[in-house]
Amino acid sequence: MARKNRAGAPEVNAGSMADIAFLLLIFFLVTTTIQTDQGINRKLPPIEDVIDPPEIKEKNIFTVLINKNDQLLVDDRPMDLNDLRQAAIDFLDNGGDGTCAYCKGARDVTSSDNPDKAVISLQNDAETSYEAYISVQNELVAAYYFLRDRECMAKYGKTFRELEAMFDDPKTRDAQREKIEPLIKDIQALFPQKLSEAEPKRN
Amino acid sequence: MSKFKKKKGGDVPAISTASLPDIVFMLLFFFMVATVMKDNDLKIQNSLPKADQVTKLEKKDRVMFIFAGKPHEKYRSQYGEGARIQLNDRLSDVSEIRNFVLAERAARPPELENVLTTSLKVDKEVKMGLVTEIKQELRKVEALKINYTTNQGKVTN
Repeated sequence: MARKNRAGAPEVNAGSMADIAFLLLIFFLVTTTIQTDQGINRKLPPIEDVIDPPEIKEKNIFTVLINKNDQLLVDDRPMDLNDLRQAAIDFLDNGGDGTCAYCKGARDVTSSDNPDKAVISLQNDAETSYEAYISVQNELVAAYYFLRDRECMAKYGKTFRELEAMFDDPKTRDAQREKIEPLIKDIQALFPQKLSEAEPKRN
Repeated sequence: MSKFKKKKGGDVPAISTASLPDIVFMLLFFFMVATVMKDNDLKIQNSLPKADQVTKLEKKDRVMFIFAGKPHEKYRSQYGEGARIQLNDRLSDVSEIRNFVLAERAARPPELENVLTTSLKVDKEVKMGLVTEIKQELRKVEALKINYTTNQGKVTN
C-alpha cells in the first residue's frame, strides 16, 4: 500500500485516535459535575395564634430594620452592611448577666443577657429589594456561624461547619453520624438561632 | 458488474477506521452543545442574589422550586411588567402556591413529605412584598422548610 505513493509521507495509523477521543469523552463525562443549588436554609414559623407572647426585654432584642431604599437601621442607629456582622456578633456574645461562661463579649449590662435570651428581629419594608434582604440574612447567619465555629473549635477541635458537612455527607457511616449528632445539638444549644421576622410594614 | 470483479483472491481489504474519531468527536460536540442543565424553561428573569453563608441543596427529589421575577421581555405584553412567580413552567398567582405544594407532595413518596424543602429562586430585584406573600402561602400549607437559593459570592465589599 505504502509503496504506491512513493513520494508522499507514509500514512499514519489513525486507528487509535478513536480510543483517545473516547478517553477524552469519558474523562469529561466523569469530571463534569452538574452544579448543585445552594442557598440559605431557613425554617418558617408555623401559623398559630400566640395568645400571650413571651415577654422579652428590650435589651435582649437586636432590631434590624431595612427600609425601602435598602438602608439599615440597627437598634435605632443607621448602619452600614459591612458593620452588621460584627455588631450582631457583639450582641450575641455579650453575656450581660454573667451566666454565660463561654461568652467573650463586653459583658455590657445594657446589651443582651445571654445568647439563649438574645433575639434578632428582622423587619423589612414591602418595597425592600430581595437582594438587600438576602445580604442581611447572610450577615446574620454568618454571625451565628462565627460564634458556633469558635465554640466548636474550642470544644471539639473542629469547626461547626466541618461537623455539619460531615453529618450531611452521604459517605459518612451511620455510626459516625450518631456520634456527631449530639455534638451539633450541643453547639446549637450554646448559640441558638433566634431570628424572628416581623410582618413587613405596609405603607 | 465485471468492473467490480477484477480483484480476485486475496484478503478482504481492511475498513479504514480513520474517520471513526471524527464521528466520535462529532457526537461529543453535539452532546456538549445540546446539553442544557436546566429542568424547566423560565419565563421570568432570574438572576439570583449572592451570599456566602450557604448550604448545598442536595437530593433533588426532596426539593421543589418556586421562581419569582419580572417576566421576560417577550412575555411582557402578555403578563405585564410586574414581578410574577413561576410554578413548574407557567406563570402563576401567589394563590396557586397552595395547590402546587399539595400536588408536589402527592407526587412524592409519603416518607419524604416532612423533609420536603422549598427552594425560592427569586430575582434580586424583586420586592420583599411578593416574597412575603409567598412565605405566607407556604406557612398556610405548612411547607416550612425553605431555602433562599443564591449564587456563591461575597455580599460586602
